[in-house]
Formats: sequence, C-alpha cells, structure tokens
Amino acid sequence: MGGTYTYPRYAFAAVGEQGARHPVVVVGGGMVGLAVALDLAQRGQSVVVLDDDDTVSIGSRAICHAKRSLEIYGRLGVGPALLRKGVIWNVGKVFFHDRQVYAFDLLPEPGHEYPAFVNLQQYYLEEWLVDACRASGLVELRWKSRVAAVANRADGVALTVATPAGSYDLHADWLLACDGARSFVRESLGLPFVGKVFRDRFLIADVVMQAAFPAERWFWFDPPFHPGGSVLLHRQADNVWRIDFQLGWDADPEAEKDPERVAGRVRAMLGPDVEFTLEWISVYTFRCRRLEKFRHGRTIFLGDAAHQVSPFGARGGNGGTQDADNLAWKLAAVLQGAAPEALLDSYDAERIPAADENILNSTRSTDFITPKNHAARAYRDAALELAEHYAFARPLVNSGRLSRPAVLRESPLSTPDREDWLGGLPPGAPAVDAPVRRDGADDWLLHHLGGNAFTLLLFGRPGDFPAGVLAQLGQGRLPVRPVFVTAMAEEGALHDHQGLAAARYDARPGTAILLRPDQHVAARWRAFEAAAVAQARLAALGFAAADTQRMAG
Amino acid sequence: MLETTPRLDDPDGLFEALVEAHRGLDPEASRRLDARIILLLANHIGSVAVVRAAIDAALNAAPDTRAKAAP
Repeated sequence: MGGTYTYPRYAFAAVGEQGARHPVVVVGGGMVGLAVALDLAQRGQSVVVLDDDDTVSIGSRAICHAKRSLEIYGRLGVGPALLRKGVIWNVGKVFFHDRQVYAFDLLPEPGHEYPAFVNLQQYYLEEWLVDACRASGLVELRWKSRVAAVANRADGVALTVATPAGSYDLHADWLLACDGARSFVRESLGLPFVGKVFRDRFLIADVVMQAAFPAERWFWFDPPFHPGGSVLLHRQADNVWRIDFQLGWDADPEAEKDPERVAGRVRAMLGPDVEFTLEWISVYTFRCRRLEKFRHGRTIFLGDAAHQVSPFGARGGNGGTQDADNLAWKLAAVLQGAAPEALLDSYDAERIPAADENILNSTRSTDFITPKNHAARAYRDAALELAEHYAFARPLVNSGRLSRPAVLRESPLSTPDREDWLGGLPPGAPAVDAPVRRDGADDWLLHHLGGNAFTLLLFGRPGDFPAGVLAQLGQGRLPVRPVFVTAMAEEGALHDHQGLAAARYDARPGTAILLRPDQHVAARWRAFEAAAVAQARLAALGFAAADTQRMAG
Repeated sequence: MLETTPRLDDPDGLFEALVEAHRGLDPEASRRLDARIILLLANHIGSVAVVRAAIDAALNAAPDTRAKAAP
C-alpha cells in the first residue's frame, strides 16, 4: 500500500548533555506540537521538540483544514503551500438509501484570502512545518526521542528521554504536551481524561483513483452498498480519496483491516469498473472527552492530549491548531517578561469553552449518525425523509457540524464594549479578513494583524490620530502597532477599496479596534483614546484590573 | 406558553385522521410517520421552548414516564 507520498526520514542525533535546562520543551512533533514550536520560534523563543518517531504523520489523518486554521498557518508562513497543494471544496451532498436528499453549498463569502475548507493530508502540513521549524534556527527537533518519565517540579518539569543512544535527563521550565489522544505525559501525571465513549467502529480507507467524483463532501446514510451504516467520501491531494465506513461496534477491527476485505467494500461502493489502489487503512473508535484543566503547573496540554472529539465536523485538528495559536504568544510573553504568569491561566479560560463547544457539536453529530435506540433511528430517518422534500428539515440532518473558529466570549482578557455596535466583531472574536491595497498593490488585511505586537486598527488617515501618543504606545515588548485603514488611497494606510474591512468590523471614521498577537479582538472603541488602549492591552496581557489602571496612568 | 386548553375545532376528526394515517403500517414505519409528523409540527410551531414544554407535559401525563420529566 501507499505510493503517492514519500515519507521523509529525519536523522536522529545523539544528545551529549545530561540534565540540561530548556525554557520550553514540546512533547510530540505532530501537527499541533510543530505549530506551537514554530509560533514560539517566530516570537523569538527557543524550543526543543521531542518526538518518538523520525517522520511525519503516518496516514492522512486530519485532512480537513478550516478557514481559521488556514489563516493561522498563513501567519506561520505555510498557508500559501496549503492552498497550492490542497483541494478546495464548497459543496456537500447527503444521501439516504439510494437517493440524494439534499446538497449544501458553503457559499464562501468573497474577499478572503483563504476559503472555508481545504483538504490536505496531514503529512504534507507536518513536513512543511518541520522545514519551517528548521529554517527558524530556534527549534531543535529531536527525533527518536521518547519521553520515558515525567515529574512536575515547582520551577518546571523533569523529563527522562529514551533514545537509540541511551537515556538522558533534562529540565523543562515549561512542558507543552502535544503527544496525542494517548498522551504519555497525561497518563504519567495521572490526570483523569473523562467523557463519553461511543460504541461504534469506523474504517478509514484512503483510496487512489482517477474518478469522476467532484471535489465535494458526500455523506451516505444507510446506502445500498453499505447497508445499516454511514459512509463519508472526501477528496484529498494526489487523487487520494478518503472513504470512511461506519462498521458498528461488533466489527472485528483486525479482520476489517484486511486489504482484500476493504477493497471489497470500496468496490461495492464505486462499482466494478473503477480502478483504485489502497493507500492507507485504519480502524478506529473514538471518545468525546477532555482534561478538567489544560494547564497543570508548568505542564500545558494541547490538541488531542487535552481533548478528544469524534471526527465528524473536523474539530480535532482544527481545535488543536487553535490551541497552539492561543498559547504561543502568551507563553512567549511570559517568558520574555511582557506579561505575568497569570496570563497562562487564560489559556484554560479560553480554550476549555472552545473544547466544550467542539465536544458538544461532535457528540450531537455522532448521536445522529449512530442512533442509540429505535426512537432515535426513527427520528433520524424521519429527518432524512423530510429533508428530500422540505427545506426546514435539512438543518436537522447532522452529518457533522463543520468546525467554526472559537469566539472567546467569556475571555478574561477582553475589555467589554461600552458603546453600541451594529454587529462587527465583538471582543474575543477572531479577526476577519478583507481585501485591501497597500501602495496600489493587492493585499490582505490579516497580513497586517497580530504577530509580535498588538495591532490597533484605526479607521482613518495617519494624520487623523495623534502621532506622539501612538509612538508612546509603540514602545517596549509586545507594543501596540497602529494600522490605518482608509476608504480612499492614502499614504501610510491600507486602502479598503471595496469597503469590506469597514463593513466587516462595523467601522466608522475614527473607529479603533485592538487586536491581540493571535489576531483576536481585545477591545474596540468608536474613538481613539490612548489611556483606554493602554489599559485594554494590559488587561489582554493578564494584568489584574487594579494594576492596569495604575500602569496605564 | 404551551397551550393546553381545548382549542381544536374537530377533535374527533383529528383522532380519526391520525389513526387512519397509521392503518396498515408496521411498527417501524408507524414510528417514522409519527416522527415526521412531530418534526413538521415542531417546525410549524417554530419554538424549541414550546416543544420542550410539550415533551415535559407528555412525560408527566403517564406514570411510566413521569420520572423522566423535568423537576
């Protein structure tokens, strides 16, 4: 099996040091671990990554990358490659028995750099992240390095690392556990990982074929070629197709992995005339569960190590990517002395509600796809029968609620609105893209937001705002950097030539919007006032309210 | 909000229509038919809160389901 992708092999290098101290150690060089390492490196922070293997993700795994993830990878520099190599899709079709009951179109809004979804095998993304980590000069990737022991200390975490050249100890000031659903770090620390187990099994068959299927998401409930189960078809790069068969709880996982048996299932689906080869087979069960807290002293959990969801809705990989996006700037700020350690508690406050939202949605999808009793099946089938004829029933059909970016509504870092807004982006929302022009050249708004600073989006010409005060806000670590947006082309401003930036942010002349380094809205005002901006920045850095007033003067 | 006072202009006709719709159906088809009717009516009502109140009222109305009703 296999053949469309050649797995890179990364060289193991023996580590001479014993008991060395590192500010940040990431356990698990998968998608999330590499993303958080690269994000930290781009903020000037050195990172050691430990991975027990010497290559990227085996199998395509997380293939469905949502817009917010694409924007995050865009900020990290690998977004354009994802767009070039990946498969963009907008249409989904739902079938029941032998009939199509409806189709949906995600109808992507124009005027964004990235589409709603791009499908791409996880190994490509990881390979590019490895390359970017290496190029950063600040990420040390240690392959064939398995964490064999973990002990929390007051000032960090003591690790024992097993390698082909023997074991060594090291001390991490901060340990980022990105070691997946079966996290060794989580189990070593004895942390309960509780939630719902689903009594069902699924088979993934990645199939290479030259087929006439369009790049769409097709979902079958109880089709003639797979009676009693569901089937999902998704296109990936290189003419690889993901086919996901629901097998039921009684299926024998070993027998189901037999390539002949899988080929029989695929042939029943595609018909006898479609030529295909099998690329990857996996049989899996899943749970929806999470850790009670993601931060445990100096150990912080991200991705599947922190929370696990069903695959329906593409909320696993996309949730993990948002964890990395949320944590990296905070940890860098704390390590570089720009923020108090309390800022890291906001990772729990922001990402736990986001994980719960993903768990709720993916649990509901799973309950629809796998009815628990006769009544549940009757309601599900009734919704599908009605959906063929009546639009009202289509929103009831749940074949996966596709990942949406988390709006950090209850964030302790946000400064609540004091004025009236007609929509736009409330504090906690991730920034939304818009086409702009800079010096006459086409550009995107998101390219100018976040990074190693707060961004103050000012709707007006540079001359409309007090330059001296803005220069003061631009001092120090993680300063406030102004970005001017104007309706007409102006020197030193982004030209909002379609008016979409103003519309999407509900901006009027003079509006000021403060964005965090991860491009989430921290605060917004109808008029610029330096003291309010300084105070909102300090609040977003996790300083206590009494301190922000004093420090903002 | 859930209206439970008598409102139907032809209660005997309603009962007859429901029974007639199910005549000749096996239990599984009957169950799906009821589910379709409930989903159509729920959408017509247009309020999940009212349907939740109806679910509770229905659970409370018989001794074998009362324990499942909201306290």
